[in-house]
Amino acid sequence: MVIDKIKKRIEYEDENAGKEVHRSDIPVGKWVKCSHCKEILYKDDLHENFSICPNCGNHFRLSSRRRIEQIIDKDTFQEFDLKITTDNPLHINDYIKKLETLKEKTGLDEAVKCGIGKIHSEKVVIAVMDSNFMMGSMGKVVGEKITYSIEKAIELKLPIIIFCASGGARMQEGIVSLMQMAKTSAAIKKLNKAGNLYISVLTDPTYGGVTASFASLGDIILAEPNAMIGFAGPRVIKQTIGEDLPEGFQTAEFLLEHGFVDKVVNRKEMKDTLYKLLLLNRHEYLK
Amino acid sequence: MPKLTAWERVKIAREPDRPTALDYIENIFDEFMELHGDRYFKDDKSIVCGLGNIGKQNYTIVAEQKGRNTKENIERNFGMPNPEAYRKALRFMKQAEKFNRPVITFIDTKGAYPGLGAEERGQGEAIARNLMEMSDLKVPIIVIVIGEGSSGGALAIGVGDKVLMLENAVYSILSPEGYASILWKDSSRAEEAAEKMKLTAKDLLDLGIIDEVLKEPNGNAKSDIPKMSETIKKRITALTKELQEIDVNELMENRYQKFRIM
Ligand SMILES: [Zn+2]
Repeated sequence: MVIDKIKKRIEYEDENAGKEVHRSDIPVGKWVKCSHCKEILYKDDLHENFSICPNCGNHFRLSSRRRIEQIIDKDTFQEFDLKITTDNPLHINDYIKKLETLKEKTGLDEAVKCGIGKIHSEKVVIAVMDSNFMMGSMGKVVGEKITYSIEKAIELKLPIIIFCASGGARMQEGIVSLMQMAKTSAAIKKLNKAGNLYISVLTDPTYGGVTASFASLGDIILAEPNAMIGFAGPRVIKQTIGEDLPEGFQTAEFLLEHGFVDKVVNRKEMKDTLYKLLLLNRHEYLK
Repeated sequence: MPKLTAWERVKIAREPDRPTALDYIENIFDEFMELHGDRYFKDDKSIVCGLGNIGKQNYTIVAEQKGRNTKENIERNFGMPNPEAYRKALRFMKQAEKFNRPVITFIDTKGAYPGLGAEERGQGEAIARNLMEMSDLKVPIIVIVIGEGSSGGALAIGVGDKVLMLENAVYSILSPEGYASILWKDSSRAEEAAEKMKLTAKDLLDLGIIDEVLKEPNGNAKSDIPKMSETIKKRITALTKELQEIDVNELMENRYQKFRIM
């Protein structure tokens, strides 16, 4: 996509990723600094608090593992067993090696984790993108996993929830990444025709080809406070218009104001909000 | 004919005198009437929409349009659509469905416009909605990449049953300059990026992203616009017949599978 690389912030609190980014900003392994208010926080306290800064309310970026812990009932998550790998269509040197290193480092097999789980006993298909893995970028594997999840929701007559976090389409796979936008959007059309509920949750950051496909197509679109969301990256826009961007531009609140998000939801209330929405939509999709 | 490098084709695709969508449309269709506006916000001139016919067959036409001079380029925002251009395109495509007319789209853009207003009015949403609706539009869609096809801004009118490319057109995830600057932090390595990106018609045919490559007269479409138009017209006519013979449910499923396997 035409986006510039979303700047990695120091908000990563997940053990592995935290070490990788701005090592010097993190005094000791057990501590992390809030990028927003600069407060030094004890990691355990932060995790207890849903990875929200107790001082300023800043929502730290979340790994897919922690996200699932926060949203899905204990021991109910069953990950889809999809053994798919990229075929490196542009034959980029080191790309496969880079993926292997990341897999080892993050314990993830790609930038999205998907499966079936329960939210207060309500069964859903859930896909959670993870910005620790190549900034959540969408190549063929991510596109395939998202599409598979949507098709599985149709097959099992379940609602689907997708947590988006992505810098956009993955450059290393070129045009093949671009085509994942068409593929995932077409799958959403099928889901709509089947009558299943789709809730899209936009988290920091959601950009480029993900914004311009399934992320923007939810029946209901939620967003986390202060999440940065847009199509073009801020740097590209700034270059194009030649002036500074207005305060609050491309935040979740900005999208709410402009009519592209249904509701901004604090992470602490996310699970209950999703549950209520599942109940309020129940008859429609079970019919 | 000498074999051109990918970068040489990028340069041809960007030539200021490269024929634009309207140059072809005037030649291909017996009649063409442009119609305007997205019915929500404005008429964005970076995408031209209208009705046309070849003999007894009517068509809905959706085309990304670059300017042919500075004045036109300003008017057409250098062929970089804002969300309202995509919404206009969708309005016309849904109308085509209502009247059972095939849709012909022409792709030629450096990308969707990265501006403040575009973001405020939901550039991402507009593109996403087109991708979704095109995947299930119940009439044949033929897509022709005539110049630069860059990013989601191109794909937003590119979900079709048949995707054709002119020999020197390019189609990619973003410009080679952008690609080089993101992957190697050095936009001056655009030429190298172009060779890597598989953005030529031949490469994309081999990758299974497009269906046909249309030969350009004398190796460059601008040398003979009527002849290039005739080539495009022949394929539009033949493919229309072919696609109209397919049962609509099968057409929908074929289109879904076409992108599903990518
Ligand atoms: Zn803070």
